[in-house]
Formats: sequence, C-alpha cells, structure tokens
Amino acid sequence: MKKAHPYIPNSVPEVQKAMLKEIGARDIEELYQTIPENLRFRGKLNLPKALTAEADLKRHVFGILNKNKDSEESISFLGGGSARHYVPAICDEINQRSEFLTAYAGEPFEDHGRFQSLFEYQSLMAELLDVDVVNVPTFDWSQAASTSIRMAERITKRGKALAADTIGPDRLAMIKNYCQPVMEIELVKHDQQSGLLDMEDLKGKLTNETACLYFENPSYHGVIETQGQAISDVLHEKGALSVVGADPISMGVLKPPARYGADITCGDIQPLGIHLHFGGGLGGFIATRDEERFVREYPSRLFGITRTTVEGEYGFGDVLYERTSFADREHGKEFVGTATALWGITAGVYLALMGPKGMQEVGEHIVQKARYAALKLNQIHGVKSPAFNSGHFKEFVVDFNGTGKNVQQINRRLLEKGIFGGHDLSRNFPELGQSALYCVTEMITKDNIEKLTDALSDYLR
Amino acid sequence: MKNNIKLRKFHQAKWDEEVIFELHHPGERGVVPPEVETNVSQETGDAKAIIAETMQRETPPALPEVGQMRVLKHYLRLSQHTLGADINIDIGQGTCTMKYNPKINEAFVKSPKSSELHPLQDESTVQGALEIMHRLDLAFREISGMDYFSFQPSSGSDAIFTMASMVHKYLEVQGKADQKDEIITTIFSHPSDYAAVSVKGFKVIMLYHDPETGRPSVEALKSALSERTAALFITNPEDTGIFNAEIKEFTRLTHEAGALCCYDQANANGILGITRAKEANFDMCFFNLHKTFASPHGAGGPASGALGVKSELVDFLPVPLIDFDGNKYSLNYDLKNSIGKVRSFYGVIPAVIRAYAWVMSLGAEGLEEVAKVAVLNNNYILEKIKKIHGASAPFAEGQHRIEQVRYSWQQLFEETGITIEDIAYRMADFGFHLWSSHHPFIVPQPFTIEPTESYSKQELDEYLLALEQIVKEARENPELVKTSPHNSVTHRYDETWLDDPEKWAISWRSYQKKHPEGIK
Repeated sequence: MKKAHPYIPNSVPEVQKAMLKEIGARDIEELYQTIPENLRFRGKLNLPKALTAEADLKRHVFGILNKNKDSEESISFLGGGSARHYVPAICDEINQRSEFLTAYAGEPFEDHGRFQSLFEYQSLMAELLDVDVVNVPTFDWSQAASTSIRMAERITKRGKALAADTIGPDRLAMIKNYCQPVMEIELVKHDQQSGLLDMEDLKGKLTNETACLYFENPSYHGVIETQGQAISDVLHEKGALSVVGADPISMGVLKPPARYGADITCGDIQPLGIHLHFGGGLGGFIATRDEERFVREYPSRLFGITRTTVEGEYGFGDVLYERTSFADREHGKEFVGTATALWGITAGVYLALMGPKGMQEVGEHIVQKARYAALKLNQIHGVKSPAFNSGHFKEFVVDFNGTGKNVQQINRRLLEKGIFGGHDLSRNFPELGQSALYCVTEMITKDNIEKLTDALSDYLR
Repeated sequence: MKNNIKLRKFHQAKWDEEVIFELHHPGERGVVPPEVETNVSQETGDAKAIIAETMQRETPPALPEVGQMRVLKHYLRLSQHTLGADINIDIGQGTCTMKYNPKINEAFVKSPKSSELHPLQDESTVQGALEIMHRLDLAFREISGMDYFSFQPSSGSDAIFTMASMVHKYLEVQGKADQKDEIITTIFSHPSDYAAVSVKGFKVIMLYHDPETGRPSVEALKSALSERTAALFITNPEDTGIFNAEIKEFTRLTHEAGALCCYDQANANGILGITRAKEANFDMCFFNLHKTFASPHGAGGPASGALGVKSELVDFLPVPLIDFDGNKYSLNYDLKNSIGKVRSFYGVIPAVIRAYAWVMSLGAEGLEEVAKVAVLNNNYILEKIKKIHGASAPFAEGQHRIEQVRYSWQQLFEETGITIEDIAYRMADFGFHLWSSHHPFIVPQPFTIEPTESYSKQELDEYLLALEQIVKEARENPELVKTSPHNSVTHRYDETWLDDPEKWAISWRSYQKKHPEGIK
C-alpha cells in the first residue's frame, strides 16, 4: 500500500520490517506458509475503488442513503412487527456511548456496567410484565417466540405445539422453521367477527401431546384477546403451557399475560426507545416466573445480582452458566451467542425514563388514538374499520373490499400525498381480501389522521 | 523508533452506583409522552372504555420514578464502568475480532435516512437501503467466491442455524432427510457449530484434533463420514489460529458422501483476499459483520451473519431476496424451496451499512492489507508470548498462525497455582481484557489473543508488558494476583448466588424477595 490506511496503524513499512525481524520471517507472505498454493487466491478482488478519504466515503454513502424517503419526513401508518414510537434523546445518547457500543464479552469486573445495565433491563421488564425472570434479549420477537415454544417442549417433554392463526406471518414462518422437524406445529382458528381465538377449535386440537399454545395479545391484527384466562385454564387442564406474545408498550394499560395464566411471555423491545432501522431495531424478550424447571431451559444469558468480597458492594454475573452452549456445546440449551444487548440496555433506559406513569400515559394515548383513527376511517364510503368488532391496541385492520379499489392502488395514491398507508394484508391473509393493517402510535397526531382521511375520502369518493 | 513502553497507573471509574430502583423518588418524571388532543379523547372516551375490564392492568408496574438528568447520570456512570474496545487495547478477547469500528459509520446509521426506515415501506421509498444491501452482496461474492448473500441471520450462530436449516430442506427436497441425519464438525470450531445444528434435529459427530498438528486429520473425517452424513460444518482457521491445509480434501470427501460443505467464517479476518470459500469448494459460508467487517459489538449485539451460497442453493435461502433489474431494487418472496424466515424482515441493516462503508473505505488492496497486518500482529504476539516463561502455544510447533492463537498458562499454573481466571482478573487492573475462552476446555488454562489489524506495535507491546508483569507477580507476590482485581470497578463475587435456585436473583424484585437483608 502506498499510504498507511487510517484503520491500520501497522501498515507503516518500517514498523512491519521491525516486527518481521522479531518474528524471524522474511516477509508477510511467509506467515501464510500453512495455506497451500492451490487454495490461494492470486487474483485481484473486483471491488470498487477505495474511498479512503473520510470525506469521499461520507459523500458516497449518503449519496445512496439519501435516495430513501424515511418515516420522519412522511406520515406513516405502518406497523406489523415494528412501529415508530418516540425515542427519548437519552436512549440514543446512551447507546452511542463508546463504552457500551464497542464492548463485548468482558468479565463482570471491568464490564460491571454492562452487566448492571442488563440486570436492570431484566428487572425493569420484570416489573412491566409482572414476572421474576427475563432474559438478556435475543434477536427478535420471532426468535423469542420460537425459543419459548422449544422451552415448552423441553419443560413438558411433549412434541406438539399449537399456534393461533392470528400471529404475525413472519413469526409463524420462523416458528415453523425453528421447530420442525423436532416439533409439529398446528394452527388454531379465530372467530371471523371478533378476531378472538376460537375456543372450540382450541379444545378440539388440544391433546395430551400438546406442549403449548402460542398466541399473541394484541394479535397481529391489533385485537385485544379477552379470553386470556379461559385459554390458559383450558391449556393447564391438559398439562400444556400458555405462551403469550405481548407488546411491551401496551403493558401500562393491558393486563400482563402472567396475570391471566401465561407461563411464558415473549415479544419485542423495539417499541421501547429503539429506532426502526429498516427492521434492524428488533430485540426479543422471554419472561417467566422464577421456577427452576423454567430457568434451566433458557438458552439465553441471564444476569443475576450477587455480593462481592467487599462489604456492601454489588456484583453481577451469569446465572446457571452451565445451561448455555458457551459452557457445553453438547448439552447446552439451543445456542447462545451475540444477540441484541445494546437494545436491551436502551430499553432499560427507556423504562427508567418513562416510569409507571409514562407507561400508563403512552398506553392510554395509543388506545385512544388508534380508536379515533379507526372510527374516522369507518366514516369513509365503502370502508369498514375496524374490520374486527373487538377492542384494539395500536393496530387494527381496515377493510377496503367495499371500495372497489385494491390496497395497492390506495397506498400508491397515499404515497403521492406523503402518507405511508397501512400494510397490505392480501398476501399473508388472503381471506381478508383487500384489507390493510393500520398502526397508530403516540407519534400520530389528530392532524395526521385528518390528512389520511381527507386523502382517502377524496380518492374513494 | 523509540520504544518507551510502560505500564499505566490505571484505575477504572468507580462510582459505587446504585441500582436504578434505589433512585426512585415518587412523583419525579424522566420523560413525558405527548398528550392526546382533547377532541380526540372526547370522541373515544377514556382508554378504560375501550379495553375490556378483564384485560385492564390493575396495578401500575413498579418502575422507578427518576428525573431525567439523574437517569442520564446513572447510565453514563454505568458506561464508565464498562471497558469498550474504543478505550482499551482489546486484543485479549480472542475469536471476537475486536477491531476498530469507524466513527463515520455511526453517522450513517444514526441518520433518519436509515434509522427511520420502516421495513414495510413501499419499495420505491427504500431504494437506497436495498442498494446498499445489494452492493455489499456483490462485494461479498468477490471476497468469498459464492454466488449470492442473504443478510437475514442475526449473528454467526444464527447463520449456522440457517445453514443447518437449508441443509435439512435440501435433503427433504431430495427425499433424503430421514436417511441423512448426521452433521460433522470439529472441536475447535465455534460451539454453535455443534449447538445450533442440534436444534434442527441433527446428530452431531465431533472430530478431535491430532495432538501434534492441532487439527483434525483426513483419517478422522473418513471414519466419521457415512451415507448418513448430511453436512460438514467447519471453521478454518479454527479457534486455535491453525489453518487446515487439507480442507480441500475434507470438502472433496464430504461431497463424495453426498453431503454439503458449510463454512463458518467467523475467523475470516486473516484471510481476506488470501483464500476463499470457493477455492476450498464450500457450498455455503458466512461472515460475521460485527467481527471481521467492523460493525461494533454493542455489548453483545445487535449483530449480523451474512450468509453466502452457491447458485444451486439460492432457492433454499430465507425470503425475501433482493432483486435488481439494472434499474430498480425489489424484494422477491417467490422462492420455491425457501426455508421461510430466520428473523422478521431482512436483517440487522445498521450492521450491513457499516460493513459496506468499511469495505468501501478499504477496497481490494485495503482488505488484503487488513488480513496481512492482522496476521503480522498475531505472529508478533506469538513470538513474544512464547518467550514468557510459563506460557505456551500448544500444537503446530514451529509454524506460523493465521489471525489468533489459543495459548495455555498450564506451566505457570503448575509452578505457582495461579489460574487463567486469576490472570484475567489481574489484567483488569491494567485496563485490559483477557478472556478465558469458551468451550472446549481442552487446552488447559487457556487464553486466546487476537490482535486484529487495529492496534499499533506500541500498543501490542503495552499489552504484552502487562502479561509479563503478572507472570512476575505470580512468582513473587501471588496473593496480589489471587485477590485481584484491585483497580477495577468491583471485586470477586459470590458464585453461589448465581447457581443456587434459592439464592439466584435475576431481577431486582427477586433480589428483594430472596435477600431481604440486602447487600448494602
């Protein structure tokens, strides 16, 4: 190389020479002597010209990124597994700190802060979910739900799982791949009018081989499931576990699943102070009561609090490390590795800032604002909103079948007005015909809703 | 060049900081959410009217109430209690590739042009994001020789799981899934090459190393291969930094048995532009963007395992693929044999953007320089550690290593009773990490050093000086080492509180129940 690259200090030739001398090698090539010639790549990688000057790199990358139109410069009604909530400035401040951003796997002493902040994350989530055990977050909700089902399999020693057919389609695809061929997955229907779980269908499919039922509350369609306790009771009678996917930002107003019999609660922490990142802001939580037979089945890191050799000093460390594949690849539960710790720390910061009142207020805001939007949309000619006659949280299905237009056409028109319309459900839920999933958070103003209804009324007239 | 290296008089920040719940003052607020407009609530009624009574939360969550500045201060203090790669000379966490994560890349991922993109936006509004994914795919095709990359897997372990899922699907399509149910891996591959493939129901056969060469022999592979073999999952170089020179024979024999060859490239940092998955005849491989490609580790994620496959396996990848017709980027869900999903949406896009920027900063020549300097630094450290009395580098005597080495303190332990844990703890007193390595625990008293390309010779010497100092202390003042750390944030802790079900406390509320007497 002509110039030393700023990221590679030891590309200075004199330094290399000195180091090679120390090693006793002629050149760097000699250090590769264990790689046989027939494996060596002797060509030149066909890559674009390097942009070593930071100014050039910045211009280039922003040149591409600026082709995007983001949700901040538009009015977005998109949800379906990732939603735009307010991110307090301190959340970004903390997760951009060099110390956290570039830490990894240090010991509990010099990385005490990493251990403590994740222990606090677990503790804050435990209060929110009304449980005693929460994991260091895994990849996303899909992974959390899949692992929860596999945990249920190990706890009950049963090989079949039921899942509500109103769970997120990405999650269902993930669950199927993660569980099969070790487990069988069967779907339980929902009531067409209310969107609630069909209890008769559940009872018909539940057997002594069922490890668990996995359902979401609110459902993918935003419907608040009101039969939580009845569902858990039916499952427990058959010795099966109740596994519930929940939206943590609903927990200030909705009853935590553990309060209606859920044995395992899971979900995504993205709503808690984390940006969308085109789907890269996800993080999965798994929560249970503090029972040894549950704790032993977690594959994730679980940080616990302890005392040290110094009186009055907190220490933190891994609980039951022997469970993990880091400790034992053959008998470890599933696998553990790099997951989403930084988002866990961030969600902890969010909950610490929001407190009990903040969580209650934001929950109430979302419930009311979503209801308001649903009612306003229902006034538009040919539109039925919400499509299910139940209570909703944050999301609801809007039925456009009576408008003579398809969702694609409608969303194209909205896009021209700077509005991202609800997610088109026709691919994943063909039985709903031309319907869209609308998401309304505390970021949506009354004014935004008026812009939406005006644009739709104008188009669907 | 002058070499005035001396050990720092280090002491880490120590705030004796409370747990967040102890900062609770009723009535304080950290942040206030926007209020619902009056005419909205007038029309809808209050939230309780909308939520069925049985589903309403009865008591508010017992979260602490803390003012904004105090929350900030609390987490800033905790950050100071954490030793990130930006601050120390982070070469002691071998296999983790703790390299420099360029700050300019943070500007890209912090920009609303990436952070405020919703994954379900209309394709026309996310052309830039898709373009970066496509461009990184093209670069990785060059670097590996594979034909297509998916960024959906969320980590290296997740990429291993994804490969196992594809192997299963591939066999299922061929009607051989019941017959071919074994996967072969090696003991010095990452633990997840065993653990994650087991999740998919495969039986795993583990090849052990030849005690002399440190790597598995062709004979060992031959005796493990059978008509039941579904695939080979292997790291190369392995976690010992030893390159398996017979890898092409490994893949040839595996293919001959009708099985697939899956390459765990977690250890790619020393071989960029030097040797590729293609030349070794692998069918799939993956790169860890948070290791080799400079996306920060984030205290343990979010991460990304970029999965590359040969063209005949594209059909089995998780959906969607990113298509480019020369004009427009689009998402393609139409894959006949897709395994489905391994994550919601498309992957950890911030990691993809940073990796792209890193590759663009370096170019072909720069990537090769990264590899070469990583190898130079590693062999320099190797040479120096071999000279430390009490340390050794088991296996492959007299050979150079690739990008890291798994060393042993066994001799020092035998002579002084000082363990790797003791040394790791004492290293914290000098502001360094030294990792005791994950499974397997075959090398006694193991430690793994991976210096990457990011640290100057001066810095490497400083790290070595600390090791030499501790070895000296182990002989002259072992108590000092055994009772360390002394200059870190905390001290040795009571492990019974972490392993005893009666005592472990995985949340603050659990701590209050199980230890009402408290620590403070």
